[in-house]
Amino acid sequence: MSFINYASREINCKIVYYGPGLCGKTTNLQHIYQMTDPDAKGKMISLATETERTLFFDFLPLALGEIRGFKTRFHLYTVPGQVFYDASRKLILKGVDGVVFVADAQEERLDANIESMENLKVNLEEQGYQLENLPFVIQYNKYDLPNVTPIEELRELLNPNGVPEFKGCAVTGEGVFETLKEVAKLILMELKKGG
Amino acid sequence: MLGPQSSFVMYDEELQRINIVIERLLREANAKVIFLVDKNGQMISGVGETEHLDTTSLASLTAGNIAATGGLAKLIGEKEFSILFHEGEKDNLHISIVAQRVILVVIFDQRSSLGLVRLRVRKASDELTTIFEDLAKKTAEIQASGGHNSPFAEITDDDIDSLFS
Repeated sequence: MSFINYASREINCKIVYYGPGLCGKTTNLQHIYQMTDPDAKGKMISLATETERTLFFDFLPLALGEIRGFKTRFHLYTVPGQVFYDASRKLILKGVDGVVFVADAQEERLDANIESMENLKVNLEEQGYQLENLPFVIQYNKYDLPNVTPIEELRELLNPNGVPEFKGCAVTGEGVFETLKEVAKLILMELKKGG
Repeated sequence: MLGPQSSFVMYDEELQRINIVIERLLREANAKVIFLVDKNGQMISGVGETEHLDTTSLASLTAGNIAATGGLAKLIGEKEFSILFHEGEKDNLHISIVAQRVILVVIFDQRSSLGLVRLRVRKASDELTTIFEDLAKKTAEIQASGGHNSPFAEITDDDIDSLFS
C-alpha cells in the first residue's frame, strides 16, 4: 500500500491499469507521459515484446505537486493483458493502492472484458484484497469506434456496483486524465480515512 | 513485522539510523551505490554515486525483478530466493531481501568483490532488520493509540483538485 515518508515529506501511491489485451492500457500511460510537464514525470519504462505487446509491465512515475506539505507521487503501472501472462499480472498487483480497469468497448471484446474483470478479482483476492474495498475506476476505451456495446450494457456487466466510469479514447486522450484524476482522488480520500 | 499490505511509514529517526548503516556498508564493501527499496517498488533511501542514476526506475525494476524471481522460486518449491546477483562488464548488482519486506541493492565494480559484498551485506542486513522491526513496532503503536496527527486527515477536495490544475 502507500508509502508515507515523514523524513522526506513524501507520499507514494501505486495505481495499476488492468484490462484485456489490446484494450489501451499502455496507450493511456503514453498519453499521460506525452502530456505531462517534464519536471513532473520520470522516465516511462515499457517492458514489451518485439511486437510492442506489454510483456511484464509499463511504469510511469508522476509527481503531481504538494498536498499539505507532502510531495505527492503516483506510480502508474500497467499489466500485460494477454491471458497467458497471469503470473506477471499477479506480481504487479502487489501493494496496489488503486485500480483502473480499462475496458475495450468494441462489441467483439465484451467476453474478453468480462474475463479480465473476473481475473482481476481473483488475482486481488489471492493477495488478500477485495476489489470493492479498493479505490476503483472504470474506463470504457475506444468509445469513438462505431461498433461499441451500448453503455448501459457495459455498465450492467462490468460495473454493477456503480464505481466512477468514463468513456475514453486513449489514442486522442479523451477521458484519460479524467480517469487518472478520479482514481487519484479516491486514493487520497482513502488515505484521509485511514489517517 | 511489516505486512505486505500495510501502509509503509518512515520517520526521521529510523531513516537516519538506516542511512548510517548503509553509508557504513558503502565504505566497508567498497561499493559505488547502495539503495533500499520497498518490495512494492518505492525507493526508501540511497547513498553513494546516485546523482547520475534514475533511482525511481531502478526501484521499480528491482521490485519487479524480486517479484518475478519470487515467482520462479515458488515454482520450484522455494519460499523465495534471498539473494540475487547480476554480473556486468563493469558494474555488478547484489540484491538481497531484508526483514522480508525491503530490498537492499549494492552496486559495485572491480574495486570490490562478490565475497566482500556478501560478507558486509550479511552484517548490515542484521542491523537493518532490527531497525525495520523497531519501525514496524512504532507504526503499530502509533496506529493503535489512534494519536497520530496525520497530515492527510484534513485533505479537502480543493487540495486534490489543485494537484491536477
